[in-house]
Amino acid sequence: MKSSRFDATVLTLCFAFLYIPIIILIVYSFNASKLVTVWGGFSLQWYRTMWSNEGLMDAAWVTARVGVLSATLGTALGTLAALSLVRFQKFPGRMLFSGMIYAPLVMPEVITGLSMLLLFVALNIDRGFWTVIIAHTTFTMCYVAIVVQSRLMTFDRSLEEAALDLGCPPVKTFFKITLPLILPAVIAGWMLAFTLSLDDLVIASFNTGPGATTLPIKIYSQVRLGVTPEINAICTILIGFVTIGVIATSIGTKRAELNRIRDEHVALRGTT
Amino acid sequence: MASVSQTQAANTPNPARWLVVVVPYLWLLLFFAAPFLIIFKISLSDTAIAMPPYTPVFPGFGAIRDYISELDFENYLFLTEDPLYIKAYLSSLRIAVISTFLLLLIGYPMALAMARAPSSLRPTLVMLVILPFWTSFLIRVYAWIGILKPDGLLTLLLQTTGLLDPNEQIQIFRTDIAVFIGIVYSYLPFMVLPLYSALEKMDNTLLEAGSDLGCPPWKAFWKITFPLSLPGVIAGSMICFIPITGEFVIPDLLGGADTLMIGKTLWTEFFGNRDWPLASAVAVVLLIMLVVPIAIFQNQQKKVV
Repeated sequence: MKSSRFDATVLTLCFAFLYIPIIILIVYSFNASKLVTVWGGFSLQWYRTMWSNEGLMDAAWVTARVGVLSATLGTALGTLAALSLVRFQKFPGRMLFSGMIYAPLVMPEVITGLSMLLLFVALNIDRGFWTVIIAHTTFTMCYVAIVVQSRLMTFDRSLEEAALDLGCPPVKTFFKITLPLILPAVIAGWMLAFTLSLDDLVIASFNTGPGATTLPIKIYSQVRLGVTPEINAICTILIGFVTIGVIATSIGTKRAELNRIRDEHVALRGTT
Repeated sequence: MASVSQTQAANTPNPARWLVVVVPYLWLLLFFAAPFLIIFKISLSDTAIAMPPYTPVFPGFGAIRDYISELDFENYLFLTEDPLYIKAYLSSLRIAVISTFLLLLIGYPMALAMARAPSSLRPTLVMLVILPFWTSFLIRVYAWIGILKPDGLLTLLLQTTGLLDPNEQIQIFRTDIAVFIGIVYSYLPFMVLPLYSALEKMDNTLLEAGSDLGCPPWKAFWKITFPLSLPGVIAGSMICFIPITGEFVIPDLLGGADTLMIGKTLWTEFFGNRDWPLASAVAVVLLIMLVVPIAIFQNQQKKVV
């Protein structure tokens, strides 16, 4: 086909556009010189300064805890929300419910952040670690709901019905049949929730308090003062961390999917 | 008999089953919907030098009437009086419209190329589009500062290739052009993925039929491919347009002092001037502006589901 050369060019250019800035960022984190445009040789000195920067390390620890807690809570709530959307076709206020799931996906962060802060103030809750977690849980659960929902729609309900018919109580059926089958989507949702929480600057800035400075807030305040290789170093570590996580999950889900298909084949052969 | 009663039990509303709906529902009502009522209320209050910096705080039952009489639309009037705010809203809309158009212009050929790639390659291509999205937004914007700075890598590249005089520097950083580059760069995956999923589902026999009947490829594109991909175009455009309108990080880090965007204005009112009621009014007006695009987006999502 004539168009294939055109397509290859387009893809090469677009992926170059997407990846070159990130690659430059990573390369310059190993630069011995402090200047962005001068290559002074390979060095790990910025990783050392980063490591001894206590403020940065504290922020990293806060971010990790916020990420794990809010992703876990968000995944639990998001999975429930996905079940509600797929399994409960009619209930009062379903329109509002699905609206509240989709709206946070596109809502400008400044609005979500500010409005949630005003709620905490109105309820007289001191801003800090837990308010950031609640804020992150609220927007990440919507992403989880979308991811799990798409898996639930292709779900074979006869498996659940079989368990129920055989007298398995609904809650047990959920944990024994439904959850294992949607697990890849739930894990992918958790990963997504975790990275979104790791990433967020705006909502965290509004809802944080003393002692709960997250990494993006810290990075942002340093970036405003100028580009330093130390920031490149911490960014490189974050990128590496997320890349490994994403690749591991995608391999894991692919393997789980293959296992599932193989099991189904075995089961089918067993019945005929 | 047992199976019949069990199936019925699964279909009839069981109080415990409703917890599945009620728990996330209440969470979203409390932490997503209720804050919007509060933001509206605060936008009608006056600024006070206190903590929280607005009056009145929460009313007792007796004070409700006094309380309501203290609320007014003063902040909204202020928004119309100072041309800065109107300019910021219009400038946000302009930047969002232009960026969404640029994203379509770049994202569409990319999505089309992905959809036409050999099917064995496609999952890898999708993965390659998603991967930058997983790396922090802030980091990706930050990466561009080092490139676009006057003494940055772009200047260096143009100087060494002889396209730019060695004494000159490229003046993109802290201008609207830098903001456009940053937005297109950050939002490209959001545009490409919905477009790709619409184009990938397309039935290729339609194009073959067109070409058999003598339709030239470019005409086939406008008559067949583009109309069929329209749901993807709308979804992608809305997913980009709405958050870009309220974008803060990109105009703040890459834009100049004259780059007006409402997200930045709101941030300054809140963190700089500590005028919470005015910041709330700014947010409410922004929300009203975005109601129509959000409704289109929701409608589109429902059709996909």
